[in-house]
Formats: sequence, C-alpha cells, structure tokens
Amino acid sequence: MDAVNGLDLIVEQGKCFGLLGPNGAGKTTTVEILEGLLEPTSGRIEILGRHWGQGYDDEIRQRIGMTLQETRFQDKLSVLEILRLFRSFYRNGIEPEEAISLVSLEEKSNAWVRELSGGQKQRLAVAVSLVGDPELLFLDEPTTGLDPQARRQLWDVISSLKERGRTILLTTHYMDEAEKLSDRIAIVDHGKVIALGSPRELIQQLGGDHVVEFSLERTSEQKAEVDNFLALSEVTHCVEELDEFHLTVQHPHLAIPALLAMTSERNWKLKHLTTRHANLEDIFVSLTGRHLRDE
Amino acid sequence: MNSSRPISQLILCNIKASMREPEAIFWTYGFPLLMIVCLGIAFDTSAPQQQLVDVVDGLGSEQILEALSDDKQFRVFEGSEDEVLERLKRNRTQIVVKAAPDGSVEYFFDPTNPDARIARGIVDDTLQKAAGRADARPVTDETVTAPGSRYVDFLVPGLIGLNLMGGGMWGVGFSLVDMRIKKLLKRMLGTPMKRYQFLAAMVGTRALFFIPEAFALLLVAKLIFGVPIVGTIPAIILVAFCGMSAFAGLGLLAASRAQRIESISGIMNVVMLPMWLCSGVFFSNERFPAIMQPFIQALPLTQLINALRAVILEGQGIIDQAFPLIILAAWAGVTFLVALKIFRWN
Repeated sequence: MDAVNGLDLIVEQGKCFGLLGPNGAGKTTTVEILEGLLEPTSGRIEILGRHWGQGYDDEIRQRIGMTLQETRFQDKLSVLEILRLFRSFYRNGIEPEEAISLVSLEEKSNAWVRELSGGQKQRLAVAVSLVGDPELLFLDEPTTGLDPQARRQLWDVISSLKERGRTILLTTHYMDEAEKLSDRIAIVDHGKVIALGSPRELIQQLGGDHVVEFSLERTSEQKAEVDNFLALSEVTHCVEELDEFHLTVQHPHLAIPALLAMTSERNWKLKHLTTRHANLEDIFVSLTGRHLRDE
Repeated sequence: MNSSRPISQLILCNIKASMREPEAIFWTYGFPLLMIVCLGIAFDTSAPQQQLVDVVDGLGSEQILEALSDDKQFRVFEGSEDEVLERLKRNRTQIVVKAAPDGSVEYFFDPTNPDARIARGIVDDTLQKAAGRADARPVTDETVTAPGSRYVDFLVPGLIGLNLMGGGMWGVGFSLVDMRIKKLLKRMLGTPMKRYQFLAAMVGTRALFFIPEAFALLLVAKLIFGVPIVGTIPAIILVAFCGMSAFAGLGLLAASRAQRIESISGIMNVVMLPMWLCSGVFFSNERFPAIMQPFIQALPLTQLINALRAVILEGQGIIDQAFPLIILAAWAGVTFLVALKIFRWN
C-alpha cells in the first residue's frame, strides 16, 4: 500500500503552502519524503534546486528547517541548551537567543523542557527549526493537540515568519489554520491532491461564498430532496446532512426569498435557518462526502 | 570557538542530562561503591574460614565431638541422622560425619563443592590424628597474606571492569533507545549533523564519565581494604579508557535497532551474561576448559580485567599490556563502524 501516490506539488518561494487533509491522508509521509527522512519509491523531488541522494544532502539540510509531529526533547535540558545544541549543527544561522525571541519564549529560556506547557514545547520545536536560518521551513501539524489560545499564539509566530519572507510548507487537519496561514492550499485525501489553489479560489470552486443552512419539520407528506433545492437558480451546491440542508449560494439576499417561496408553495415548515461564509471544510465535504475530522 | 562544535555540544548536553538524573548518579557512582564494600567484607580473608561440620547423634559420636569441638577451625552441630542430612541438602553444613560403633567413620558431602572437599580433608585429618595417626614427614606452614595477592585484591579490578561494562552499555543503550522513542534521533537526522559525530559523542560521554567512577572505586578499595595501587595513574586511565570505549561501542551496537526499552534490556543481558560468567570477575577464568579459552580471551571484559589487574596490582606498563589494549581497541572500532552502518534513526 502506498501512503502517497501521484502527488504533484509546487511550493513557491516566500509563500506559505498548506497541505490540508484528514488524519491518514498521507500528509506526514509526503513531508518526510520532502525533508529527506523517507525515501520515495518513485518520483522526482526538487528542493531549493537540488535533489536528495546526489551528493548535496548536507547542503539541502543546511538550508531547511523542520518540526516533526511529536518530537520530544530531553526533559532535563533547558530551552537555551537545546537551541545551542541544534545551532552547533549549522554552518550559518541565528543566535539561539534570537530564535527564542522569534517564538516569544524569553521567560522560559532557562527552564527545563519538562516545565514547559504543550504550547511552549511546540514553540520550542519551531525555534529549533529556525536556528539554522532556513530558507524553507516544514511545519508538520504544528498545533495539533494544543488548546485554542496556544494555537493562536503559534499562528502569530508563523504569520511573523511569513512576513520575514520565509517559504513555509505547513500540514494541518484544521481548515481554519490552513485558511488563515496559507497562500496556497492543496487538499489531500488518500494520498492524492483533490483540490489546489488559494483559499479564495478553492471556495469559489463551490460557486458561492455563502452557505445557507436550514432544516424542515417532518410533518409534511412530500419529502424534500436535494434536487429540489438545486433547481433554485441561486444554488450551486447542496448537501444533506443529519436532516439539515446546506446550500452554497453567491447572493443570500436572492437565494433566501426563493427558498422561502419554495417552502411555502410546497407546504414545508422551516425549523431553523442560518447563513455563514463558506469555508474549506465545505469544499472537503463537497468533494469527499466526509468531514476533515470524522470521528 | 570550541564550544560551538557539534561533538562538544553533544557531549555537553549528554553529560548535563545525565548529571540531572539523581538515580543515574546513584547507579553510576553509589551502587558500585556499595557493591565493593559488601563483597570486600563478605570475602574478607583476614580471619581463617570456619568449617561447618554436622555430626550424627549415636554410638561413637562422643569421640568425634570431642576431637572436633576443641578445634577453633570447626563449627560443629549435632543432630539426628535425618536432621543433619536435611541440613546438608540445604547447604547449611558442608559435611556430615557419621560414626559406627566399630570406630569407622562415614562422610556425607557434595564432591562438586570445593568448600565441602576442603572440609572433608580437614575433618578427616583431625580425626585421624586424634585416633593416633602420626605425620610421616615433618611440616612447617608459612602463611602469606601480603597485600596484592588476597582475594579482595583480585576482586577490585574485576569489579571496576564489571562497572565499566555496565556503565558503558546501559548508559549508551538506554539513552539511545529513549531518544529513538522520543523521535529525537529522527529530528537530528533532519539537521546537517553528521551521523558519526552523534555516535562518537555518545561514546565520548561515557569515556569522560568513567574517570571519576573508576577512581572513586580505587580510592575506596585502597582506604578500606588496603588494596595496593602499584601502577601509574596514566596507565590505569588508558586501560580503563580503552575498556570503556569497547563497551560504549557494544552499547551502540546493541541499541542500533532496538525500538523499545524492553528489547534493549533483553539484548544487553544476553550480551553481558557470558562476560559476567566467564571473564574472571569473581574467580579466575583458568577454571574453564581449554576448549573455551579462545572464546573467553576474545571477550572484551576478560581483556579489560586482565589488563587492569596487571597494571593496578603488578605495576605493569602500557607496553606490557599492548595485546589486551589492541583487542579492546578492536572491539571499540568494529562495533562503532558496524553500528554506524546499521543504525536506525527513526
């Protein structure tokens, strides 16, 4: 079984590229092949103009940085000691103290790893990835398992790296994370790219920026079908999920009156109705019929 | 700037991490000291050993008791035949003496137990003399218990060797498997760090750790038991350094593919057991049959202990001990290169 099969990616310099997909989609395998930690069975990888295994591995490693999923550093070394250690591996790089300030861990620089919270450990991992002053940074699920506040702190760190012109390849299974941080996103599922583009372009693929969600009383004799709503001219997509309909529309002010007209004509009673902006999750659902984080 | 080199940073971090584990400090420094004190006391040969003799109650036993009880060499117990044979089975006595009414004597003992054979000789000698046997040849005993040839002197270099083996193998093996479980090895592979630098730092850390360890043991041995240290300090350091490198290399090899603490423990025990048994820590390995000798002599612990004894007790120099040092260096070099080749980083 191949974890990843026929996945073509081009990551532009100075941009953040997001790999979004559910657990087991092959994101980590892809990234570890790019990082030179796993060997691909076939395919071509070009990193900073070089290929792995052709005598330039050391040069590539000098120029990339990474965080892996769940690396644990030695419990009884301090933040500064770990950064000094990793700094010693690179010919050129930034001072350990500078890496600490990039991730705002100044107060903890002399604390042992075991005294850090989950979010602080993750920021340490990002600092470690930065000590070699990399041109290309791989962040593999950097915020998985963190509480919302710690996630937002790490997003700020990653945004500030983007502003400094670093190229970042980010994997995540949080659609809000991909949407907030990435310039371009590849949605992957079962080792294949199923959608590719900027967050805006991807959402426009649905044909509308807004989603109207509603449900109906079950009293009526004639059951409502997805096709009924697709017949409405404003509706580009329709999904039924747990007795709730999600319509993707471009203009809610036109779509909602049309929907209300249809329901009263057919004698359907609305139970509730809300509207929201379309997001990447809607794309994933429309493409696969599943959610990113199906339990 | 020396402190920014990968190897010195790696060694520095390894040492800091180890020094911050109080338990590791106890097992490295405290435990070997305790062991040497306990064993030194248990095998203290300054007072002659007493023979444990049991006598079966019955006709003729009084004469035997009379002959043995006066002698301080014996600790005598008297009981029914069933009782004393049971004591013999449980190793609570070395020999059972049973007298017959006609004056003849029967001995019960385990001939494969050297202590029991000695006891049989001494008991028989004493009983024969008491019954009137005269020595055919006049004899004088000169006892020699000079420092350097006592059992405790033999034991101390053996224990130092054992400790270097344990420290080298467990120290390297456990920390490597721990780092593999933490995925720290994989993370380091993602940096430009050279693989040999990492493994060499692992060996180097142990080599630095051993110096205080070996000297603490020697000091205790000298102060408590008066073990003579004839050899020069540089010679002792060089021998211990070669031994430590060989065991750190073995530890590297043992841990090169293990994914779990349980598997590394098993591998370590399998590797160390033959050396515990055959390398002459507690008794001379000359006792093993000739056919096993080439195997025994090839073991790193055998060569380390031989060289330590020669250097510490006899004051031999490095040149005299070139052969064991070469064998130890070969173990260190070969295990290091093989480990580098087959090491699993993730």
